[in-house]
Amino acid sequence: MSSHEHVHHKEGLAADVTSNTGVPVNKCYQCGKCSAGCPVAFEMDYPPSMVLRMLQTESKNNDEKLLKSNAIWLCVSCEMCYGRCPMEIDIPVLMDYLRQRAYTEKKVNPKAHNIVAFHKAFLNSINQTGRLYEVGLVMDYKMRTGALMQDVEKSPKMFIKGKLSLIPEMIKDKRNIKNIFNKTLKNKKS
Amino acid sequence: MIRLGFYPGCSMEGGAREYQESVIALAKVFDIELIQIPDWNCCGATAAHNLNKELSLSLPTRILALAEKNELMDIVVPCAACYSRLTVTNHELNKDKSLADKVCDVIDMPYSGNVNVLNIIQFIQKYIADKLEEKVTTPFNYNVACYYGCLLVRPNGILKFDRPEDPQTMDILVKKAGGNAIDWAYKAECCGAGMSVSRTDIVARLSGNIIRDAVERKAEVLAVACPMCHSNLDMRRPEINKFLKKEVDVPVLYISQILGLAVGLDAKTLGLQRHMVAVNLPEKKAEQPAPITNTIKTEA
Amino acid sequence: MARVGVFVCHCGENISATVDCEKVAKESGDLNSVVFSTDYKYMCSDPGQTLIKEAIKEHKLDRVVVAACSPRMHEPTFRKACSEAGMNPYLCEMANIREHCSWVHPKSEETTAKAGDLVRTIVEKVKKNKPLQAIKVPITKTAIVIGGGVAGIQSALDIANCGHKVIMVEKQPSIGGHMSQLSETFPTLDCSQCILTPRMVEVAQHPNITLYTYAEIESVDGFIGNFKVKIRRKSKSLDENLCTGCGLCTTKCPKKKIPNEFERGLGNRTAIYVPFPQAVPNKPVIDRENCNYYQKGTCKVCEKVCPVQAIRFDQEDQIIEVEAGALVVCTGFDVLKPNFFPEYGYGKYKDVIDGLQFERLASASGPTKGEIRRPSDGEIPKKIVFIACAGSRDPAKGIEYCSKICCMYTAKHAMLYKHKVHDGTPYVFYMDIRAGGKMYEEFVRRAIVEDDTKYIRGRVSTVFERNGKLIVRGADTLMGAQPVEIEADMVVLASAGVSNPDSEELAQRLHVSYDAYKFFAEAHPKLKPVETNTAGIFLAGACQAPKDIPESVAAASGAAVKVAALFSNSELTREPVVAEVNRQAPPVFSTCTGCFLCEKVCPYQAIEREEIKDRNGNVIKTLARINKGLCQGCGTCVALCRVKAIDLHGFSNQQMYSEVMALLNF
Repeated sequence: MSSHEHVHHKEGLAADVTSNTGVPVNKCYQCGKCSAGCPVAFEMDYPPSMVLRMLQTESKNNDEKLLKSNAIWLCVSCEMCYGRCPMEIDIPVLMDYLRQRAYTEKKVNPKAHNIVAFHKAFLNSINQTGRLYEVGLVMDYKMRTGALMQDVEKSPKMFIKGKLSLIPEMIKDKRNIKNIFNKTLKNKKS
Repeated sequence: MIRLGFYPGCSMEGGAREYQESVIALAKVFDIELIQIPDWNCCGATAAHNLNKELSLSLPTRILALAEKNELMDIVVPCAACYSRLTVTNHELNKDKSLADKVCDVIDMPYSGNVNVLNIIQFIQKYIADKLEEKVTTPFNYNVACYYGCLLVRPNGILKFDRPEDPQTMDILVKKAGGNAIDWAYKAECCGAGMSVSRTDIVARLSGNIIRDAVERKAEVLAVACPMCHSNLDMRRPEINKFLKKEVDVPVLYISQILGLAVGLDAKTLGLQRHMVAVNLPEKKAEQPAPITNTIKTEA
Repeated sequence: MARVGVFVCHCGENISATVDCEKVAKESGDLNSVVFSTDYKYMCSDPGQTLIKEAIKEHKLDRVVVAACSPRMHEPTFRKACSEAGMNPYLCEMANIREHCSWVHPKSEETTAKAGDLVRTIVEKVKKNKPLQAIKVPITKTAIVIGGGVAGIQSALDIANCGHKVIMVEKQPSIGGHMSQLSETFPTLDCSQCILTPRMVEVAQHPNITLYTYAEIESVDGFIGNFKVKIRRKSKSLDENLCTGCGLCTTKCPKKKIPNEFERGLGNRTAIYVPFPQAVPNKPVIDRENCNYYQKGTCKVCEKVCPVQAIRFDQEDQIIEVEAGALVVCTGFDVLKPNFFPEYGYGKYKDVIDGLQFERLASASGPTKGEIRRPSDGEIPKKIVFIACAGSRDPAKGIEYCSKICCMYTAKHAMLYKHKVHDGTPYVFYMDIRAGGKMYEEFVRRAIVEDDTKYIRGRVSTVFERNGKLIVRGADTLMGAQPVEIEADMVVLASAGVSNPDSEELAQRLHVSYDAYKFFAEAHPKLKPVETNTAGIFLAGACQAPKDIPESVAAASGAAVKVAALFSNSELTREPVVAEVNRQAPPVFSTCTGCFLCEKVCPYQAIEREEIKDRNGNVIKTLARINKGLCQGCGTCVALCRVKAIDLHGFSNQQMYSEVMALLNF
């Protein structure tokens, strides 16, 4: 066809982001409103608008930095950025994707170890019982992180107030849940 | 008797059981029966969508499919996080037919995408609000900071609930219960969400800013509609106080507890004794009765 | 037998890149009646036109087809060339092989074949063309200027100074527009009122200008040179001839707490009011919606105190009908109330204001007499945060465009603030600084370097109030997008410039086009910036898009010249592309049956009724007749006429059928 047709030749991570999530990386004009409203930007190595900028550079170096950043793990999915973005760029979905990539490619930032450990323990609990078993989750998390003494002072009080149960709730159709995990996490062993 | 589907979610069975107790008790006052979705599972929460998209859609879809199978087409989901996951899943499945087929294949169950998910406020608005004022026996005449957090109002394009900036729906309910819903700035700021265990320092800071703003504006109570927000603002209070460098003992109540007190339910039924921050509400003048203080068993 | 010449243009490479022009010319030469054909690189150029003229003479051509661009572009050019060679210009037609062919297809055999088809159809059409004569119509040498802002004022004065009559119609009780609300103007910082008010007075006193304030356009009929316009003069409840403008009524009116629109709500006015002290005309109107008498039936204080008995409570709106040769639309723009920015708290916090409100605070005639004071408590703010792009460049809020003037007025605001409050600190949150214009960039640099305005590149996420301070949360994107929090005393939003709320309705009344944002559309963005698609209606100023004062004034003078050029002739030449109802000798008179369906559908009210009488004066038949002055040649009547009694000159049924048949190879 004629020269009027444009084909976007995005490269690297930006291309993957767009094809997997539909998030239009090009649209970001770096106004910074996301970073301004992000509740955890102060902790991030790259605040949200920087994450978009790094993707826009389409450089291997920046892609690598991004996947290894702690910013993507600090994002709490509060949706403030998306709620106020003038370009309506779905940054939380973008962050989900980057986390999933970092996780499967084993590039998780060492500083985010605790966060990932918590998520894994969480999913593990569901995989076992179908529901979240809080005591089991915390035990699992402690084993994964070695933070054995964390929050120990809270447990007796919580127990007295009836907030902790010692026996996990089980759902009946556990096979169904196992299947869901097996089908979705196929090649992604935790 | 109105019968509605009910998805408590994991935390309401455990750490936030008082939320479940108060919702069911409140519903009962208004002749509503909440029927648990049989054999429901965890929605996957933050962990699932952080690590795997398909899993994060499949877990909620199983819940929705079970609701549909049991002909529960309206389901009440009081946990804001679960509400968000279920609503977003409905949206994603309705948007992309092939994705819906794929997910149904994963969960091995059919699902039409038509189950209607109600958050706690929507449930109260739809089935309780009209009759609320006439049932109020003990007006909850305190300064209440209504805290909506993130997942009840965002992303607004999908949830289409209230307005994302300075939301009002909970404030209106508190006013109907005789309370004074104060104007404050942190209504929809994030409390730190699922980082309670993994990054307690961040939660202490974010939740601390919320508590500080509420207290500075003379709030006597915070109202919440999410177990995660509650646990951060309530259970993490020692860490918050350390961050704020002072002892703040403002209690955090679920909206269902506040309305429950206003319609005359007793503190124990509503599970107020289960909070980590003791619920010691000051006694109000005779013409502004606040008998709840007599019925609350507080921790020494 | 017609003698047709075909001239195929390459249009540089615009056509020849995808169409084999030589082949098209060669094959056209084989068509029936074509006696000459050729191709040339630029047919519209001087040598190209000469080529056509000489071919007409040499080959005795009586029909010409130029295969080139759209007739909208060059039909007049080629018809003029043919005319100069002695041919009736309406025997020249164009085949559009550029927009309809070369631009939209890739280079291929098919593309060339399509160009050949297009030429063939037009050759068949032109053979059926009849010589036509241009229509002459008289011109009413009066212009109507709609809107009395700076653009309208400039346009009206320029036209009036050329010796033509002008009627100015202004919606508000006074002329002056937004410019009269401004304090100082960038980049020179001269006082807005000081440069504008003399012009306002000049308008009022000019012998060629009739001024109608508190008036609106009711309807517009007719066409270039001959518009018929109805103007609604809203009742001012006042005999303007008697009123001396003493102002006693406005001081005695008991309704004193009506938010003043001119002060943008920062001050109050009475129910009988003059919008501002320098108003032209300086005579009051009664705002009936807020007047005690009109709402409750009692009061009439103004009537009692008026020393000349000028109050007229029973006065009604008056519709006047005027004739005009041209209209200039200068209805300006509106400043969006930024209520749709709940995250910035406009409407919730008194000290979050918009740019136009800041102008009023900074204006010597404003509610604070030019002192910068907070609306909430009257304190002098020590820190002001200016937020640029509050609405503009924000697709999520529905405005994608740049409002253009905000970068400059924000720099000006920061500067004015610093000049008035020496120990104050102005902050500006911005995305880009757009300061293209004479002395503009220098002006912004001055605000930053000399007046020490803190420019922070980033958009603000939220503004909220805490302990009497406005907490502004932004990010510094030049510092790795670090969050920035400023405790401000006042926040000024550079809210977007938008079209007037009634612009769409006015555009429809005027039959001119408008864009997606409801701004009026120019005929060509570059070469016809003050024309509309409707001949005789011109545009100027911010009704087209946000514009600053110099641009608005320049456009206004441009539009005035267009009007003056039109009025420099006593007659107007119009294309003879008009419809006609056929007439035959008695006893049939016409195939028209007098159903008058055409009358119903004609958008230009061009269908008249003609009574055919016998010798004794008895009406035998009533037939349709078309007023050539009003007919715009749209062809709607032709399509609807059941007995085919109407035909359109230049596009007759016969011509159209010939084209179609040629295409079908019949």
